[in-house]
Amino acid sequence: MIFNMEFETLPREALEAIQLRRLSANLERVYATVPFYRKKFDEAGFKPGDLKSLEDLSKLPFTTKQDLRDNYPFGMFAVPMDNVVRIHASSGTTGQPTVVGYTARDVQNWAELMARSLAAGGASRGDIIHNAYGYGLFTGGLGIHYGAERLGASVIPISGGNTRRQVMIMRDFGPTILTCTPSYALHLAEAAQEMGVDFANLKFKSGIFGAEPWSETMRVEIEKKLHLSAVDIYGLSEVMGPGVAIECIEAKKGLHIMEDHFLPEIIDPDTGEPKPPGETGELVFTSLTKEAFPVIRYRTRDISSLNYAPCSCGRTFCRMARVSGRTDDMLIIRGVNVFPSQIESVLMEMSEVEPHYQLVVDREGNLDTLTVMVEVGEGAFSDEVKDLLSLEAKITKNIKETLGVSTKVKLVEPKTIARSEGKAQRVIDNRKI
Amino acid sequence: MHAEQISVFLENKEGRLAEVTRVLAEGGVNIRALSLADTSDFGILRLIVDDNEKAESILKDAGFTVRKTRVVAVEVSDRPGGLHEILDFLQKNGINVEYMYAFVRQKEDNAVMIFRFDNTDQAVNALTGKGFSVIRGEELYTM
Repeated sequence: MIFNMEFETLPREALEAIQLRRLSANLERVYATVPFYRKKFDEAGFKPGDLKSLEDLSKLPFTTKQDLRDNYPFGMFAVPMDNVVRIHASSGTTGQPTVVGYTARDVQNWAELMARSLAAGGASRGDIIHNAYGYGLFTGGLGIHYGAERLGASVIPISGGNTRRQVMIMRDFGPTILTCTPSYALHLAEAAQEMGVDFANLKFKSGIFGAEPWSETMRVEIEKKLHLSAVDIYGLSEVMGPGVAIECIEAKKGLHIMEDHFLPEIIDPDTGEPKPPGETGELVFTSLTKEAFPVIRYRTRDISSLNYAPCSCGRTFCRMARVSGRTDDMLIIRGVNVFPSQIESVLMEMSEVEPHYQLVVDREGNLDTLTVMVEVGEGAFSDEVKDLLSLEAKITKNIKETLGVSTKVKLVEPKTIARSEGKAQRVIDNRKI
Repeated sequence: MHAEQISVFLENKEGRLAEVTRVLAEGGVNIRALSLADTSDFGILRLIVDDNEKAESILKDAGFTVRKTRVVAVEVSDRPGGLHEILDFLQKNGINVEYMYAFVRQKEDNAVMIFRFDNTDQAVNALTGKGFSVIRGEELYTM
């Protein structure tokens, strides 16, 4: 079902006219209210009035995650705090988290886009939505929640964790739509099986999964084990949260970007040059309507491509390909963003270990595991087992405290971590996704 | 009065122990005694050899993490209760044994045990004071 027939099926010409009008107003606003953007525009010799067509956007500089960190916590907000009704923050990023704000209208727009997304994923009024995305600073839980209410569906705000209780509620409440990360969906399937609950007897029709990378193979597995139709949802807190793009249940061939609110580009991650439709590169977003936290040419580091061909579902919004990777070395471990540099800084702060390390990511069952291999140099080596075990425990604890992610630390012999061209191969990702 | 032991960090993976013995064999270093402590991930190989300096340098050159540790070699009467006499004495005097292992050769009629104490000097003084025979390093390496 198409939630907003008027906007979601706009002819390209009419859509682009709306985009240009909104972009123009947005540039005027950020230039006037956010010192960071004013400075960047000035440096680029760009005045908001210079925007004559959507192509002119490429004259503007990019915004990066580092820019957001440099302006921590509220430096990028375009409205006074009086008008901010909600604050979210990203999980486990290097150094400071990224903080984003929403006005009342932003929250309304977000609910609208999430209602569209849920509808595209097969939900409608009368459905019961089992929302197992985390509620809190993470945008997943509340994002889905407001969209579900806007749609008029019944939402079970179960949040993450306590899997056995989730299975009990799924059995007793009869939810028809499941929203969670794809790995948690498979985890739920396993737990249900252990409890003697068969998904075939539950009432799920479809599931809307995102917030971490997954694959077509995983989709097949989820659909088979959970007896539902699985669609992919995309979003990031810097741009809004979930609902930036959604796969339609009709075609399941790429994710429709909410183009009346976000302007997507694909660029060459090395040169920054825009790439034509169909070519693969880094996804970049410019918000068109956001008030509290507008972003101009925000580099997502996600690798995708854009497809402007008509879709069988009737929506005219272009479709982004399932995210196939990252241009940086960020890993997503059980929903937590992990940069190898964060692990490195934890190790650097410990005088007893060498800063030579390697991260090995595996998927055991349905859960991601992160093993940190650390080379034992003379400084760390004691000839007593208990000292080395306590060193392992200390590294594990320090990483957990800094990054919020549980890891297994493995001590290895010096110079056994492969160094390629003088630089260590930091990450081995064995996940088959 | 203490002796020196070479400790080597080993990952628990195929062929690492053989790599140590290969390096020592090629360097002409003779192993007099050894003990291996291990976990599921790593092990610590402890060696008494005839030439500590050489063993340390060739193992380091081969890329191993190596350190020298002070241990104490004590003669133990080779009869029932021989080892117990020493351990009983140590316990009553509050001397903590981190680990111990047997030396391969005997000295006359006595067995030889290698001890690692948390306080080596205190242990050596106590043992010799009580009349236990502590073997000097130089003698041990060539025994």
